[in-house]
Amino acid sequence: MKIETQSVNEKVFITTPQDFRLPGELKLDCGRILKEVNIRFETAGTLNSDRSNAVLVTHALSGDAHVCGRHTPEDKKAGWWDEMIGPGKLLDTNKYFVICSNVIGGCSGSTGPQSIDPDTGKPYNMNFPVITVADMVRAQKQLIDHLGIKKLLAVLGGSMGGMQVLQWAVDYPDMMQAIIPIATACQFSPQNIAFDWVAREAIKADPNWNGGNYTEDSVPARGLAAARMLAHITYLSEESMSRKFGRSLQDKSDSYDYAFDFDFAVESYLQYQGRRFVERFDANSYFYITRATDYFDLTANTNGDLVKALEKVKAAFLVVSFSSDWLFPTSQSKRIVDALLQNRKEVSFCEIESGYGHDAFLLEVDTLGRMVRDFLQHQQEAYHE
Amino acid sequence: MSNKRNLDTNRRRDLEIIASLVKPGSRVLDLGCGTGVFLKQLKDEYHISALGVEIDEDSIVRCIGNGVPVIQGDLNDDLDYLPEKSFDLAILSQTLQETSRPDKLLSQIVRIGNQAAVSVINFGHWLCRLQVAFRGKMPRSSHMPFQWYDTPNIHFCTLQDFRQLCASLNIRVVAEYPVSGKFPRLTGWMPNLFAIGSVFVLEQQ
Repeated sequence: MKIETQSVNEKVFITTPQDFRLPGELKLDCGRILKEVNIRFETAGTLNSDRSNAVLVTHALSGDAHVCGRHTPEDKKAGWWDEMIGPGKLLDTNKYFVICSNVIGGCSGSTGPQSIDPDTGKPYNMNFPVITVADMVRAQKQLIDHLGIKKLLAVLGGSMGGMQVLQWAVDYPDMMQAIIPIATACQFSPQNIAFDWVAREAIKADPNWNGGNYTEDSVPARGLAAARMLAHITYLSEESMSRKFGRSLQDKSDSYDYAFDFDFAVESYLQYQGRRFVERFDANSYFYITRATDYFDLTANTNGDLVKALEKVKAAFLVVSFSSDWLFPTSQSKRIVDALLQNRKEVSFCEIESGYGHDAFLLEVDTLGRMVRDFLQHQQEAYHE
Repeated sequence: MSNKRNLDTNRRRDLEIIASLVKPGSRVLDLGCGTGVFLKQLKDEYHISALGVEIDEDSIVRCIGNGVPVIQGDLNDDLDYLPEKSFDLAILSQTLQETSRPDKLLSQIVRIGNQAAVSVINFGHWLCRLQVAFRGKMPRSSHMPFQWYDTPNIHFCTLQDFRQLCASLNIRVVAEYPVSGKFPRLTGWMPNLFAIGSVFVLEQQ
């Protein structure tokens, strides 16, 4: 079923990156201080007069602030959640003011390991402080304050975006009406941590990495590509890989090469994904962002007690998982839901049937989008109550 | 769920009875809430704080469209995630007969709600009895339109069976509101024979 209504005039929806420099220093969980922090962000839609229609979208590991629309009419590629967000779309920017910012530690405009350390005048590289999901959210909070928004209508995001969403609900319970964590968990599982470790090991093994001190002409492309290929497998499912590639061979050939170059279609697909990722992502940033997710644990301050950790949240929750997602399985979402029920909080939960694995959160736009649209509409009515 | 495909509350006498039990501003749970139409009606009328439990994805999407909070769940699974006495009223309407272990579900519903309103279809209704006795066939009727092999209703009982089960589970029947069939006057006299169903108000003893 196609619900999305394209804007009547075929005008390209333009979004523009903006920068916000934090007025002060940012104190980090690790104890270090980050100076001259920049936040790259984009907005879509118009903030209404009582500033009650703002929706913060948080991005996943490899995402950025460019959530929807195009930067120029000629841009081939739209923002990473453009199918969901835009004028007349399920998350309708004619109705809502959508904000998305690049996380700190990232490599798409916000301060990260590629930025210049004001103390040395050189790029931080691996001297960048280790950051946490709570640090990312702390920086976002300053952006929201700067935009003059007292209370967001909603914070929503999937995967690592979902972790930020949960962190927002716990750290700033009065600052939002609704919370939509998608395909995520209240803590990173040992399996997730293990995958991150192997990914970083792959980067380290690339001689170009050089302890993080590489130059633009000698990036650790092979290591980063291997890390991405590994991660990419975890975003798919056995079913989606079988359906998409089967055992078919590359170049429609019908015989094996009996060699070790890529022979199967799935191999060449991964190779392509790895190569494309290297063009847009920084290896050191991959260290910092994966580490932030490793450390993510909402129950860290409550001795593992999630019910206690969620005691003070005020927002209404819509928790969504996907049936074939084995990276953030439904059981993880259910844990959040159960803890909210124990706390008598308002919560809705749906596991969407999908064969796409973890990637479903970006692909199952129709079902997810309808739920988000209707949930937001009712939450907007409740906002002023 | 299947019996609620046409959830027209005007035609569902049991839902009217259940609605009359709802206190304004209370916390109400509907197990097997379908598309949330009934909870939405209760929300609008009594400003309750509602929660539905539903297994079907499309129904959940529609619940959210109706502004009704809903949790995806299977009533055949453990309901331990719903805390003890976390609702003033827990509703189970014409669903018990579809579950794999009605006894376990009943014990759960009186644990979760201060009170439970359970509406039961009466298999002891005279028409059912006649069909088995004289036609030698499994009963079918307008409110039970299925064949024996495709029916979602896998655990039928009579009103008397239900009362007995409650007693054996130490569940107190606080009130019983029989739903009349064709002979409303006879229903009050012999509900087990003449009621098409009944709404039981239950409490944990």
